[in-house]
Amino acid sequence: MATKKAPERPNVSKEELLKFYREMLLIRRFEEKAGQLYGMGLIGGFCHLYIGQEAVVVGLEAATKEGDKRITSYRDHGHMLACGMDPKGVMAELTGRIGGYSKGKGGSMHMFSKERHFYGGHGIVGAQVPLGAGLAFADKYLGNDNVTFAYFGDGAANQGQVYETYNMAELWNLPVIFVIENNQYAMGTSVKRSTKSPSLWERGAAYGIKGEAVDGMDVLAVKAAAEKAVATCRAGEGPYILEMMTYRYRGHSMSDPAKYRTREEVEKMKSEKDAIEHVRDLLLQGGLASDEELKAIDKDIKAIVNEAAEFSKESPEPPVEELWTDIYA
Amino acid sequence: MDNERKLTIARAMAEATAQEMRIDPRVFVMGEDIADLGGVFGNTRGLAEEFGKERVRDTPISETGFIGAAVGAAQDGMRPVVELMFVDFFGVCFDAIYNLMAKNTYFSGGKFNVPMVLMTSTGGGYSDAGQHSQCLYGSFAHLPGMKVVSPSNAYDAKGLMTAAIRDPNPVIYMYHKGLQGMGWLGTEKGAIVHVPEEPYEVEIGKARIAREGRDVTIVSIAQGVHHGLKAARILQDQGISAEVVDLRSLVPLDRDTIRASVAKTGRLIVVDEDYHSFGVSGEIIATVTETNLADLKAPPRRIAYPDVPIPFARVMEQYCLPNADKIVAAARELCGAVIPA
Repeated sequence: MATKKAPERPNVSKEELLKFYREMLLIRRFEEKAGQLYGMGLIGGFCHLYIGQEAVVVGLEAATKEGDKRITSYRDHGHMLACGMDPKGVMAELTGRIGGYSKGKGGSMHMFSKERHFYGGHGIVGAQVPLGAGLAFADKYLGNDNVTFAYFGDGAANQGQVYETYNMAELWNLPVIFVIENNQYAMGTSVKRSTKSPSLWERGAAYGIKGEAVDGMDVLAVKAAAEKAVATCRAGEGPYILEMMTYRYRGHSMSDPAKYRTREEVEKMKSEKDAIEHVRDLLLQGGLASDEELKAIDKDIKAIVNEAAEFSKESPEPPVEELWTDIYA
Repeated sequence: MDNERKLTIARAMAEATAQEMRIDPRVFVMGEDIADLGGVFGNTRGLAEEFGKERVRDTPISETGFIGAAVGAAQDGMRPVVELMFVDFFGVCFDAIYNLMAKNTYFSGGKFNVPMVLMTSTGGGYSDAGQHSQCLYGSFAHLPGMKVVSPSNAYDAKGLMTAAIRDPNPVIYMYHKGLQGMGWLGTEKGAIVHVPEEPYEVEIGKARIAREGRDVTIVSIAQGVHHGLKAARILQDQGISAEVVDLRSLVPLDRDTIRASVAKTGRLIVVDEDYHSFGVSGEIIATVTETNLADLKAPPRRIAYPDVPIPFARVMEQYCLPNADKIVAAARELCGAVIPA
């Protein structure tokens, strides 16, 4: 992750670049708004923002088809937006309202969508990884060619259950892509301080699982790697590990003063590696889009996010009777 | 009876599972040594032969991994029946159970449910010490979001298993080792009863009056029911008529049946092989005292496992376990005692 890349001319259409720009910007603006609402006291608990990591989910989603599944941890807003869930429902869940995806019972860390095959949003580090293998198992059992994306972070990569799952997934040949979002910090502990061998994807080799590290700040690189991994899994040759080298700009959660890293480090990433700026440069310097076109998109996104924020304030609080529903099916 | 078809609990569980697998392709079984070995306690015997090793799947010793995988598969519409050999082993994987299996229905606002059965053996009495002999009924029943059942006989075992597999919720199915009909664990003859061949359900959340009586109510589950029945037979010879309630389910708990029985007898003994404090026995007593205190003619009693780790030495373990003699002594005291005015 050294110097800023000179805008090249990659094999990608204007439409696709604009789509990436739009989707990544939606996540960033949504998260900025969530941060504001949190600051205003409208969002309780912890709130884990995805700012900086947008290229990971947007690039991966570009390689999916209808029926593919995704499951992740608590830094989940970006995943939900990228897979097509409604920003209003997500934001209203953050504010704990009845119009939220889980009627206010789950909050930031626990949301689900059957329509978009999003299986949560989970609050325990690493716990979603075995579930992801189970989702893939169901698809294999049913004989379809769906693929599951099981996301986890560099912190979760030191959880034992990840390796239980690796073994089962390879043993049973499951169509699951393990996506390690290596944003370099498990809360305040850097990978260097938690892990002797810093290449997390290589641990899969012990189980016979293929994998690679990917520049997770480059949405095109992410998509290319995802296509390869997806093809492998659809061909019945899964699982696969993708270690996304990425970076979160904000703290672990809203309560994190981020004293474990320097301001310079963060600023360097923002100025040299920002995923949205990268696509913006490709569009502008490649002559594929005008400043006006991008401004129009910015305006659109702002409107969508504002609408979500308004909805999240206007949607009623859940009635107390809801406390007792959905405990059992 | 000529038409009697007596089965052990182990065989009844396997029969129910096989019948559900025949009609519902989403049902599959996984766990440690459940396929080739047939289950350490016999309750999956014959399944791998009939359904193959895709549907009856031995797992690595990776409890968090495979129970978590079952939660994922269940949320995806499958019907996993999962075995974890001993309830004592849940310490390594409880997160997948109480944080995921039991909560994802609620946290999804009802969008997803988790229709799975988690079966596990409970109970001691055969000198296996404290990491292989616990019941832990209360630990599961305490946590909302899952149902908990435990049969005392083969008829209920089959009906509860059928109901559990068909239930849209996670069900913890706890079978007591001393009732499985495995020779090496000793045999409780009362557990081996007639089992109809055709599929049927025993309603989860419905207790059963195992024996009617007038003077004292003995409430228990699984092995404790047989201690209660034995005590009732002894008490009958001494002129005391004991009613025995077999809970069959802890969640939901059939509080109505407990209260109705105590309303009739005025005396309550709870027999619980789980630990004494903060558990099932206290909950059942509270069920009566919170709403029906005036029905009691004597203070309720509990015969439960003392709050100590289960010891290996036979003499020590047997001293701790509930048994018919302890129940008889308690019943005699209760029937001779009155609540001071």
